[in-house]
Amino acid sequence: MAEAVLRAKDYKSGLKPIWCPGCGHYAILNGLVKALAALGLDRDRVALVSGIGCSSRLPAYVDSYGFHGVHGRGLAVAQGLAVARPDLAVITLGGDGDGFSIGGNHFIHACRRNVDITYIVMDNEVYGMTKGQASPTTPLDWDHSKLTPHGPGIRPFKPAALALAAGAPWIARGYSGNPNQLAKLLTAAVEHRGFSFLHVLSQCITYCPEQTDWKAIVSERAEAPVSRADVAAQLFGAEDGFTTGLLYAEPRTPWPPPAPAASPDPRLEEAFLP
Amino acid sequence: MSRTLAIAICGSGGAGVVACGELLLRAWARAGGLGFLRKAFGPQIRGGESAALLRLGEDENYLPVPAMDLLLALDWNQFGRFEDELTLGPDSTVLCPDDAEVPSQVLASGAAVVPLPFAAAVAAAHPEGRSNMFALGLLGQLLGLDTAALQALAAARLAGKAAVYREATGACIAAGAEWPLALSVDAPARPGGEHWLLTGNQAAGYGALQAGVRFVAAYPITPASDVLEYLASALEAVGGQLVQAEDELAAVNMALGAAFGGADAFTATSGPGLALMSESLGLAVASETPLTVLNVMRGGPSTGIPTKSEQSDLDIALHGLHGDAPHLVLAALDIADCAFTTSWAVALARQLQAPALVLSDQFLGQSLAIVPAPALFRAPASAAAAEDDPGAYLRYRLTASGVSALALPGDPDRRYTADGLEHNERGAPSTAARDHAAQLDKRARKLTTLDPGPHWGEVEGEGELALVAFGSASAAARAAGAQLRAAATPCRVLSLRLLAPLPVAELAAALAGCRRVLVVEQNHSAQLWRHLRAALGDQPVPLGSFARPGPVPLDPAALAAALVEEAVHG
Repeated sequence: MAEAVLRAKDYKSGLKPIWCPGCGHYAILNGLVKALAALGLDRDRVALVSGIGCSSRLPAYVDSYGFHGVHGRGLAVAQGLAVARPDLAVITLGGDGDGFSIGGNHFIHACRRNVDITYIVMDNEVYGMTKGQASPTTPLDWDHSKLTPHGPGIRPFKPAALALAAGAPWIARGYSGNPNQLAKLLTAAVEHRGFSFLHVLSQCITYCPEQTDWKAIVSERAEAPVSRADVAAQLFGAEDGFTTGLLYAEPRTPWPPPAPAASPDPRLEEAFLP
Repeated sequence: MSRTLAIAICGSGGAGVVACGELLLRAWARAGGLGFLRKAFGPQIRGGESAALLRLGEDENYLPVPAMDLLLALDWNQFGRFEDELTLGPDSTVLCPDDAEVPSQVLASGAAVVPLPFAAAVAAAHPEGRSNMFALGLLGQLLGLDTAALQALAAARLAGKAAVYREATGACIAAGAEWPLALSVDAPARPGGEHWLLTGNQAAGYGALQAGVRFVAAYPITPASDVLEYLASALEAVGGQLVQAEDELAAVNMALGAAFGGADAFTATSGPGLALMSESLGLAVASETPLTVLNVMRGGPSTGIPTKSEQSDLDIALHGLHGDAPHLVLAALDIADCAFTTSWAVALARQLQAPALVLSDQFLGQSLAIVPAPALFRAPASAAAAEDDPGAYLRYRLTASGVSALALPGDPDRRYTADGLEHNERGAPSTAARDHAAQLDKRARKLTTLDPGPHWGEVEGEGELALVAFGSASAAARAAGAQLRAAATPCRVLSLRLLAPLPVAELAAALAGCRRVLVVEQNHSAQLWRHLRAALGDQPVPLGSFARPGPVPLDPAALAAALVEEAVHG
């Protein structure tokens, strides 16, 4: 059922987020509802899916259908939903721990499977909900966690490079400190047909106050997105992880093909007659 | 006493013994015969041990028996691994190659050994010939099957292969059929009638489809993969979809996503996979998402004996979820019943908006049987819909039945977020003790108020002695009951299909007046016995246990003796 023209705030549920004041995730929530409004999506046909973590609480804050599942499995839920219900706009989101650590295998296979969903990772380089442990994207010398008092000591994960290697056809990076660009990227990500991976640098003011320095480091990509995987591999190898914008987009038909029409008389029994 | 004939065909993995056995059984079915084929094999795809164990009979009896009337060995490699599962005696006959040493345990059994020049006969029949098809011809001869029919079935199986292989197969079958065997067997009569030929895994997949399943997520695992393989093609005919997942964690969550979207969703696995899925089964309980998971049990724990049967996943199915997580557990009673029980499970999951686990096992799942057309669960027309909401939509509304109306994405103005976090009636996350207690009570009511109806189990016989079994152990219990009754000892046999919620009142009524009861199961730690003890205590009668681990089939004679012993000395 088509709704009257909705404004961004009409897509908010009114539930108050659990996030700390100053959390980057507010910008993502605001950008997302702007994107939904810009696309004029019917709230009844939007489904937000998430795992566990601060960021994964987001579905409850949007007035749409939502599924808040277990840690790391949002991508799997979202793909099942999108395959069964291709009429829906399925958006899945979560944090760096949820998506790159416990859910890392699903990330790889979602990239190569290319189901028509949007995946937003709200990356603050830390496990916030469990009070500040190192995640796969934490710098190797970050020594603020009691769990890794000398720093994790291992190199951080490069989400865009991994997504590319795994076969993702659409890769972008946003920054919570640049809400206008973020809203545009969110709109483009949801609009893209196929798997779109939007990596958002979203600062954790509580456990990583040093991330306020990101403002000085991020740079917006001026050129058009790369459309060849080999060129993108060079780009992701050379850049520092703070280049924002739509970085890579290669046209590819989403999977799966539409479900076959049901036979009016499937004769399932025939297979079992001797 | 109806005649039976137990035939084993054994050889190295890759020698084609299963193909030989399946073709023989199909030809036997077409000729109006009854029987089934059990597969016994090791984990190796090529070069391990493999056996097709056929039991042909005059009635619909699907009891696995180790004692063989006839053994056809294509070779003796690895035969020792079957020592416990394939027994021979002085009345047995063994057909084997004349160029290999017969194992000492075969000679010691007293069986009549008939060496045959397999290699020469096959080579003479066709340069591309294979001994398994020569064996098929020999067995067809012994059973009085039509050679042309066997050749046609074998050719159909080779459709798409080069013509030379079909020629070779036909020639080898003919050579076997015409071989001068100075031997005959007392083949069972063939009653005729309309029958199906299928495995329990196929039956489960068929039952799922007939119950409405249109989304399947799949991760391969022995012995459940063939359910998923069947569904992959059958789903296409009904307009459904199957996704091969990257692991069981993804499989169960994909199914949950599809179910949240309104599809009847299904996946199949075995013990280790069920362990991986169990976190998200808790999510299905909390978010009240319907889902059916078939668990085809194998020897455990860990990788255990992945190709052989055991009933040792009852504990994890009943108790493996975290938190207080009411869910459904059902068990298929026999090969054809895999269809009925799975179709009932799908309907119950949908009705209660909860996960349903169906337990089957390698024996039921991978045995190929000639069975009457399987029954399917048909929801009664009066089945109550979820209590509707008089006012604003509340996804987790507290209702008397515990079931609240389920909105699907796309439904106008019923938007909500399904949540694994504890929540209030609206679905908003809540840590309030009051909400937790209310939602725990609500979810529990779905099971406590469920009317199990007539399908919770099957009861046969009467008397003061009883056997209680679930799943494939039911066949052994029924056979033991029949033996006791034949010896003028009345005996009841209860076969349980619904294990959670356990139909306590129905069980107690079925056991009323019993003096001795044995709980029968194929596992080491008496899992069903403990489950029943916890629910029934000593009412109406203390329960004894007959639990034996797999993979050796439960022995009805030993079971009957144990019940008599229990009655005399218990």
